[in-house]
Amino acid sequence: MFTARGKRSVFAIGVVAAAALALTACGSSESLGEPADSGESSGGDAIVVGSQAYYSNEIIAEIYAQALEGAGLTVDRQFSIGQRDAYMPDVESGDIDVFPEYTGSLLEYISDDEIDVTSPDDVYAALQDALPESLTALDFAEASDQDSYTVLKSFAEENGLTTIGDLSKVTSQVTIGAAPEFEQRPYSPAAAKEVYGVDLAFSATGPTTLESLLAGEIQVADIYTADPAFETEDIVALEDPENLIISSNVVPIVSSDIADDVSDVLNAISAKLTAEELVSLNVLSTVDQQSSADIAKKWLEDNDLV
Amino acid sequence: MNLFLEAFAWMFAPAQWTGNYALPKLLGEHLTLTAISVVIAAAIAVPLGWLIGHTGKGREIAVAVSGAARAIPAFGLMILLVLLLGVLRIPEAAITTFVLLAIPSLLAGAYTGLEAIDRRVIDAAKAMGMTGWQIFWKVEVPLGLPLLVGGIRSALLQVIATVTIAAYVGLGGLGYPIIQGIPLQRFDQVVAGAILVAALALLVDLLLAGAQHLAVPRGLRTGGGTSRRRSRTLVPAAEPSTSGPSASDDGSTPVTSEPATA
Repeated sequence: MFTARGKRSVFAIGVVAAAALALTACGSSESLGEPADSGESSGGDAIVVGSQAYYSNEIIAEIYAQALEGAGLTVDRQFSIGQRDAYMPDVESGDIDVFPEYTGSLLEYISDDEIDVTSPDDVYAALQDALPESLTALDFAEASDQDSYTVLKSFAEENGLTTIGDLSKVTSQVTIGAAPEFEQRPYSPAAAKEVYGVDLAFSATGPTTLESLLAGEIQVADIYTADPAFETEDIVALEDPENLIISSNVVPIVSSDIADDVSDVLNAISAKLTAEELVSLNVLSTVDQQSSADIAKKWLEDNDLV
Repeated sequence: MNLFLEAFAWMFAPAQWTGNYALPKLLGEHLTLTAISVVIAAAIAVPLGWLIGHTGKGREIAVAVSGAARAIPAFGLMILLVLLLGVLRIPEAAITTFVLLAIPSLLAGAYTGLEAIDRRVIDAAKAMGMTGWQIFWKVEVPLGLPLLVGGIRSALLQVIATVTIAAYVGLGGLGYPIIQGIPLQRFDQVVAGAILVAALALLVDLLLAGAQHLAVPRGLRTGGGTSRRRSRTLVPAAEPSTSGPSASDDGSTPVTSEPATA
């Protein structure tokens, strides 16, 4: 079908095309690696607000961004960047100025030592110590996105459960489902045994955790406290009076050099962002499919912050 | 280098040999998932491949399907099936994914094994009066066995490597240390998990390479026939005697060196 010459030229074209593709891959800039972008922010012209690739975090970032714009600042949005491994270098270097974070999980990420604090204030203080000089943690909000020991409301009523310790009242086997790393965390089932004396089996349900709880495959689930399921499903988080679980409240992490410019605006937001409010915002996003811009705008108006 | 040493230290730490996520248990789960998936895939793909190879029909479809199916993103497919089938049927969802992944290699191994047979051998078998089924079982399957075992080997390797994702939906397996270690940032654990999966894959590959070698029918092994020939000593023909009729009188014929070939 192909002559020898035909085959060679097809091969040559193929090599050239592959090389061109490879070179374009090299050429495409990483989203925040270019000094050109950061030049504006470090000069103080535009504040760069970033967010994780997590819809709830993006809503909070959009709230920050709109509030700062309402205060007369120019904002450059860099949303949905990814995990901490992807964005923390840019936050630390100042390429990103404002980032909504969570006290406990950020502390777990940046701290190499064992963390022995769990209450909101203690975790916040430890975080402030652990952060590098270039970063400042502003006031934290009541809203949190932390681990929990959550059960179905019906299960709680049947067995009279209000706290995690009450799980020892249950006579049958109790299994807790969570992401695989939960087994090794300081608030793992093994730790719950030490603190509360409850015997829990562990099942690494990962992304199917909520469904498994609703289907009855597991009795307890680690559902993050900002999950819209707390509004849409009949589940309840068991209370943690001994502070087994590390608190993880929403906190704005800002570059120290612009902290004074933004602290009033962002602290006012943190004062109004309660746990139920955050869950409601998340429901608006997942159930009503509203955009983060619309959700943020309405929330700021409802709370007289713009 | 340090990370490798830490990975081995993690592997042999006592915590990894007791409890619900002990390494032997994870290995067992990994092998079980692999075995079930490959057996089911073989039950589907091998008869189909043999049919295509024997009749010569449907080859283009088989080639196209094998090629396309290799491109399935296994992780995405598994999550999709888990969502569709529900959390009560996670093992089924995962095994379906691995079966779909194993089918292309097994299908290719089955039909190329049969296609590679010299048509003259088939003709010779027909000339000897063999029926279609006899040709199939006595000629085609044994001759196609090495390539089939090659296909099994390829499928097993792919499935062993991919079963690591089963840990993401709670099925255990050697992917568990990897998937647990990344968020915890315990890279000794992650590397240890990776080493274990790689070691298992290499071990299985070696075993099957041996099996592939053994699967070659005796008559086809190069050097087998000729060495038998060479080892027989040549007996010289009786020298024609010039002395007269005595040699040829007793009617004995010279002994030839070559016996009838087996």
